[in-house]
Amino acid sequence: MKTEDNTFATQDKGGPAQPLLMVKDLKKYFPVRGGILNREKKFVHAVDGVSFSVAKGKTLGIVGESGCGKSSTARLVARLMDPDSGSMIFDGEGVAEFGGIEFKEFRRNLQMVFQDSFASLNPRLTIADTVAYGPEVHGVPKREAMARAHALLKRVGLEPSMFGSRYPHELSGGQRQRVNIARALAFEPRLVILDEAVAALDKSVQAQVLNLLQELKAEHDLTYLFISHDLHVVHYISDEVMVMYLGQVVEKGPVDDIYGNARHPYTRALLSAVPSMDPDNRTQHSPLAGDPPNPINPPSGCRFRERCPHAEAVCSSLVPALMAVKTNQEHTVACHMNNAASGHSQAVGAGMASAAEEVAA
Amino acid sequence: MSNTDKPLVKVTDLNVEFHGNRKAHALDHISFELPEGQVLGLLGESGSGKSVTLRTLLRLHPQRTTRIGGKIEIDGKDVLSLKGRDLEAYRGGTVSMIFQEPGLAFDPVYTIGQQIMETIRAHENVDKATAAKRALEMLDKVQIPQAKRRFDAYPHELSGGMRQRAMIALALSCKPKLLLADEPTTALDASVQIQILLLLRELQKETGMSVIFVTHDIGAAVEVADRIAVMYGGRIVEENTVKGIVTAPRHPYTAGLLGSTVSTENRGQPLPAVRGAPPDLSALPPGCSFAPRCDNASDKCRSEKPALLAADGERLACWHPVRELMPIQRDSVCA
Repeated sequence: MKTEDNTFATQDKGGPAQPLLMVKDLKKYFPVRGGILNREKKFVHAVDGVSFSVAKGKTLGIVGESGCGKSSTARLVARLMDPDSGSMIFDGEGVAEFGGIEFKEFRRNLQMVFQDSFASLNPRLTIADTVAYGPEVHGVPKREAMARAHALLKRVGLEPSMFGSRYPHELSGGQRQRVNIARALAFEPRLVILDEAVAALDKSVQAQVLNLLQELKAEHDLTYLFISHDLHVVHYISDEVMVMYLGQVVEKGPVDDIYGNARHPYTRALLSAVPSMDPDNRTQHSPLAGDPPNPINPPSGCRFRERCPHAEAVCSSLVPALMAVKTNQEHTVACHMNNAASGHSQAVGAGMASAAEEVAA
Repeated sequence: MSNTDKPLVKVTDLNVEFHGNRKAHALDHISFELPEGQVLGLLGESGSGKSVTLRTLLRLHPQRTTRIGGKIEIDGKDVLSLKGRDLEAYRGGTVSMIFQEPGLAFDPVYTIGQQIMETIRAHENVDKATAAKRALEMLDKVQIPQAKRRFDAYPHELSGGMRQRAMIALALSCKPKLLLADEPTTALDASVQIQILLLLRELQKETGMSVIFVTHDIGAAVEVADRIAVMYGGRIVEENTVKGIVTAPRHPYTAGLLGSTVSTENRGQPLPAVRGAPPDLSALPPGCSFAPRCDNASDKCRSEKPALLAADGERLACWHPVRELMPIQRDSVCA
């Protein structure tokens, strides 16, 4: 069911070939003070040169361990934090640039659903008011906003006559997350960022919410940025997957390539760290030792080298660049083993001679 | 020592009701047994009673607002009648527990080493040097790198995975016969989760202790447990070996849970989700508590509670199971 009126005129400006969102070289360092008299200044490299694009109507999944910068990336994209550097292009228009799309307009086109369904709702507003609030701020008459809120609540499976006047604490976790989804959709956004949106839900409820997200995506022509640490869920919902490690992208590609033919040792380890469902065939070895290293002082060269079983001298001296895997231009990986010219003893044969400029560390 | 054919844990007809500000019938006459050296996985959603079961076994509920009925026998002791010194010796000595959030379970103002030493000295009459040596051994045993340095670290200085390892070291420092693990890996990253699961499995084999492992994640249960008991609405609805549960679930809830697990096969199609939400423990339906969400439910399900029947080491409480259990005897009848 589509909301009957298109209050917010959203037209496809760039055409189907233009990615909905292009992010280039996004960086965010958080300062940490320490030492005597708090004078020593260090930086957490939360997001360090992340570039990606999301095609219209597709879902990009971002995976990685905690502290890898996936949530920071989401917050930077939604401009809940200002990036230190980097640019974003939304459907062909520069975000907050001269002649580009304005912030207010950009934020209406981009909505976010968070992990903590309770903390992200105002405890003093009923859920119908919550959903109607945003559009009202953007100039929709109160009566119309309320009618739309009711329609949306109904769509996400909460009967407005029963639930509309309830407060967030009167709902279960799954119901609250449905309210959050309805609230995000009230703006008729084109891009929805789902930051661990199903992580806190019970397994049986999680499946319901995933189904709802898939249906809504088809109905409203949405594009999703789906952030999760649950590899099963990302596999299920994503078209493309981006793997992050310590603030950088280590591998990116179509979901089947990532899950079926992962090239980066980290991606492979991450995928095999999933508990097996076969009691006769339990996991025998942990694929990754230790915790992710401290993002304050990331290792030189390849950031994964300290946990990598294939690390060699070249890994500590050169930063691997994102390069296409052989013939597949869509599947890129940042690993010296993928680059024939890197000097790594296990490097694959002549790779695609693409823009393989390596940056000396 | 109890003789080998007697189970280490015998819970009979355990009933727990909270009557504080919010009333809730948290456990509805559950019974189970656990032999020595076995790992039992308690699987269920939030509010299914799995954590309440663990806390009852350790007597952690406030007495004033909790009404407990039934019997718990662990290592020959009647747990519900323990008092004073005996209860202190029982907690940590016979049974100890690891929690989901190790950051909250440690005292932030003492170092990891001090806390483990304190536990050892509370239970055994040893001097400080011996206790320190034992504590260091424990940290080594749970594979904390640079254990000497971590001995003097405060909890906030350790990462989540390290804290959980330290928590396990603390719990095992007095060689308990039963370890209660309350979702110990839920708050951890996948790569760290598997390390902790493997560690638990290894330590269990080495010490021969029994473990009750509570989780909502079937995958984690499969990795460590010998048997799985599925809980729903304060009751055990199905119990079987891990293999039986995973390959041939009988209860519609278990089947639904397995079916809605996201996997490679169901990509691109809607997931077969269990509809509705977990029940409210303060207002449970009169019949089977899963009936409102069940596709097989009949009028009988809505009015009469199914009894937990046992056959061939399996147990099942359902009027219309996905796969029939051949009943041999009535194990426990729940009113």
